[in-house]
Amino acid sequence: MAYDLLIAPFADFAFMRRALVACLALSLGCAPVGMFLLLRRMSLLGDALSHSVLPGAAIGFLLGGLSLPAMGLGGFVAGLTVALLSGLATRFTALREDANFAAFYLISLALGVMIVSAHGSNVDLMHVLFGSVLAVDDLSLLLVAAIASITLGGFALLFRPLVAECFDPGFLRAAGGAGAWVHLAFLVLVVLNLVAGFQALGTLMAVGLMMLPAAAARMWARRLWALVAVAALIAFGAGYVGLVLSFRFDLPSGPAIVLVAGVVYLLSLLLGRVGGVLPRLIRPSHFEA
Amino acid sequence: MILRLENLTLGYDRYPAVHHLSGTFAPGRLTAVIGPNGAGKSTLLKGIKGLLPTLGGRIALNAEERGRIAYLPQQAELEPGFPISVLDVVLLGHWRRTGAFGTIGPNLRRAATAALEAVGLPGFERRGIGSLSLGQRQRVLFARLMLEDGPAILLDEPFAAIDARTIDDLMAVVCRWGEEGRTVIAVLHDLELVRRSFPFTLMLAREAVAWGPTETVLVPETLERLRRSSETWDENAALCRREYSDGV
Repeated sequence: MAYDLLIAPFADFAFMRRALVACLALSLGCAPVGMFLLLRRMSLLGDALSHSVLPGAAIGFLLGGLSLPAMGLGGFVAGLTVALLSGLATRFTALREDANFAAFYLISLALGVMIVSAHGSNVDLMHVLFGSVLAVDDLSLLLVAAIASITLGGFALLFRPLVAECFDPGFLRAAGGAGAWVHLAFLVLVVLNLVAGFQALGTLMAVGLMMLPAAAARMWARRLWALVAVAALIAFGAGYVGLVLSFRFDLPSGPAIVLVAGVVYLLSLLLGRVGGVLPRLIRPSHFEA
Repeated sequence: MILRLENLTLGYDRYPAVHHLSGTFAPGRLTAVIGPNGAGKSTLLKGIKGLLPTLGGRIALNAEERGRIAYLPQQAELEPGFPISVLDVVLLGHWRRTGAFGTIGPNLRRAATAALEAVGLPGFERRGIGSLSLGQRQRVLFARLMLEDGPAILLDEPFAAIDARTIDDLMAVVCRWGEEGRTVIAVLHDLELVRRSFPFTLMLAREAVAWGPTETVLVPETLERLRRSSETWDENAALCRREYSDGV
């Protein structure tokens, strides 16, 4: 019974195995990206960027059909363009980064919807918006795995300046560290991971596997490496459970995975060891102790 | 280190906040910078560190010297919720030696541990920065400053909202910097503290009201002049062309 439910789908079907491996790769890449977005108080930036990849993905889709490399390259270029334009506008005008990101991603999103509706059918739009982890082919799997590897390598390289820039940006500037380059490299990693996520989960859901596990992990660990490890575990766990549920009950896989991550997040808010609701209530106040 | 200002004007968006400042900070001594809010004290420190372009005049420093100046800004930009240990924060002080990728060997670690002891936080290495009080956090930042080993050290209101005991401990560190021959410039509001510990004072109200040995600066006449000048300054004064023949 347990075997039928938990293992058989993956033993019997190659597309389920590929989906599971894609989830593992996504979890490893998205965990550190999501955690640093969270720690930099840029949780909503991933969301903005995930919307901004749409026109690029749509153009890639029109030129190359439903192929992840074509859509991925288009999405990557579009996402990076929005990130760069927002960064430039922030630097040279009085508007702040969040406002500029919001403005540019809305422009980009509208452009994307325009392109898709003018040249494709609604079914195509649904594909781009919601993706399908069950349709991951070998080439897409390689791409997702490559992005996960680049991400982990990138974080190993950038770790110290990134931590310094998050914790005390003024210090890094005064010490002559290249804060702007670190920021840009980080944004490149964010966009790369969104691109990896959208074949599996779609442009809208891709950010779910980034932020929900990161937010949940905050309730369980204190140290940075532990936070990232917990986030990756939660993300992969959500991927696995989401796939099983989606297979068993014939649900769309992307939303199933993100919803499982959402349940983990809600449970973490309630039960989390670090500042969760229940541990706070149970802990005796020092007047009674 | 000799920090010499030559007819220096600094400001934001071409609105000057510090005008026509000329003089030399006593090398290897402690100088306090005093003046009301908006007098240009923080602007001056940022300008010396090179975080603001000069609108006119110059600071006699080359890029290498400027890079070695240690600078503690008014605490605002720190992200205290960030999961980073006290030791890692202090080790950032080695940045000039290690950069983004250099190894941190046992020597550099020992220096960090010693600095933590010197600021009164022995054994705090593994504590998270978020679990510290404001005063303890300031002690950590002073330990980081010690590792920066700058020939000049700029402190922007280092003791704002800090309790007396912590100020005493950190002032001991500052005085030691003076004994080691470092040029220290500190923005302060506590005139008693300035009288007690800082041999030189720059009194600033957009322009230098007085600059010299503290006992000649902190006298009733100059304090009265400071009060009057801060009441009359113009927030949006345009950049004046006095003494800049080449235009700005």
